[in-house]
This record gives sequence, C-alpha cells and structure tokens, in this order.
Amino acid sequence: MAEAAKSGAAPAPAKAKKKFLYVNRKAPYGTIYALESLEVVLIAAAFEQEVSLAFLDDGVFQLSKGQDTAGIGMKCFAPTYRALGDFGVTKLYVEKEALSERGLTVEDLQQVTYEDENDGFKAKPSIVLIDRAALAKVMAEQDVILSF
Amino acid sequence: MKLSILINEGPYTHQAADTAYQFTKAALDKGHEVFRVFFYNDGVYNGSRLTVPPQDDRNIQKNWSELAAKHKLDLVVCIAAAQRRGILDEGEVKRHGKGEGAANVAPGFRISGLGQLIEMGIQSDRLVIFGD
Repeated sequence: MAEAAKSGAAPAPAKAKKKFLYVNRKAPYGTIYALESLEVVLIAAAFEQEVSLAFLDDGVFQLSKGQDTAGIGMKCFAPTYRALGDFGVTKLYVEKEALSERGLTVEDLQQVTYEDENDGFKAKPSIVLIDRAALAKVMAEQDVILSF
Repeated sequence: MKLSILINEGPYTHQAADTAYQFTKAALDKGHEVFRVFFYNDGVYNGSRLTVPPQDDRNIQKNWSELAAKHKLDLVVCIAAAQRRGILDEGEVKRHGKGEGAANVAPGFRISGLGQLIEMGIQSDRLVIFGD
C-alpha cells in the first residue's frame, strides 16, 4: 500500500494526547469529502490520540443504512464505519437536528458498535445522538478540529 | 505561535487556495512559525508544476514554491489524494510505470502520507483549515 510505505512521520513522541474531532458535513457520495475524511480518520487512529467524529448537515447520510452504490459505479465505503471501533474510535456524534431536518431518525442509521475493553469487551453503541447546543460544547473541548 | 495549514481545495476554482497562501505569508511576515502546509482533497492540484495560468493572473503554484524557498516551508502533498488526481513525484512515476518525465510535483513540494497531517495537528498550537 502506498499509504503504508510513505505514511511519513512516526507516531508522535510520548506527550499528552490531543483531542481530535473530525466533522463530517457532506453526503457520502456526490463529492469525495466523506471518503477522504474517513481515510484521514483511519490513519489518525495509529497515532494514539483521542479521536471522535461528528456528523451534521448532510453528513448524517454517511451513516444511513442500506447504502448500495452499484448504480453509480462507486465504491461503497459505509461498512468501514463499523470497523472504526477496532481502531479505537468509539464516539460518533450525530446531530439530532440534522437528522430531523432531513426526516431521519436513528432507526435510519446503520448500527455501529465497539467492544468496551473496560467492561468485558461488551458491544456498545458508538453512535451518540446529541443536540446542536451540546455538540457545540463538544467542539469547544477539542484541541484539533478537522472539517470535511 | 506555531501554526500548521491544511488546504482542501484546488487553485483558481476556490478562493480557499489564495486565502491560505495570503494567510501563510502574513503569518510568516508577523514572525509566526509555520510548521507545515498540507495539501489534501483537490488541494493537491496546488502542487502541480504543469499549471500555466495567464500571464496577467497570479501563479498560485509558483507563489507557494517561492514562499517555500524563502522561508524553508515544508509543503506536503498527500500521496493518496495525489495519486487519485495524477500528481506524482519521480519515485511514484517509476513505481506505477507512468513513463520518464511524467513527474509533475512542483519545486518545494514533497509527496508524503496522511501521517504528516496528523503529526502537524499534534505538534502545532493551531491547525488552520482552508476549504469550502
């Protein structure tokens, strides 16, 4: 893999972890932002920082279930979100208002879980429904925000 | 302050590329340190040596190359994003059999991985993003 061969800098030296939030605002297909955001997240996981994701605006469609891209000839990367738990990414914030504005509920999203190593590796939901005001607070707590 | 810059849009279509350059130049002029500039998404096109804008317009790629030479800036083009979009260095040209002379990464830019982006988030006081 090109990425592995040239991934550049080694993980950061031992130092306090930073909180990284990846903000996903765009629909999964139509533009490449969602896919390339996910590619950054997968690399970021190797750096042992505190990584979480937020889905707002049309970004909530990235998690919609039953995605089928056969008709548009694009790779369907929706299953990759379900692997994020294995990369230590266990918090996917989904903005409530963004869902309801689009006529969606959490039932329209695919299930994403992680194994909680502090609780006998029980499967726990990664998706956290959060309202706009609370999400603003989450953002205020971050060290680095990457918005795609 | 130690800054890093992320550019997610290509030149000319989006002002983000110009604003990023103006911001970086202004920050350096004010005495701030710029740890790294990273080009992602269509932003990788800022690093193509093959752009030939009209003579009465600004040359965004050349501006970056000159700024890099003057301030020893680290301009990094994401390899995964670059390969999708046909921005290659000598090594990648050879590896993918694209023919001699096909390398088009501009002077002062280097191609490397997304790890460089994460590292600049960790190492800098502020990561400033220019995109749409």
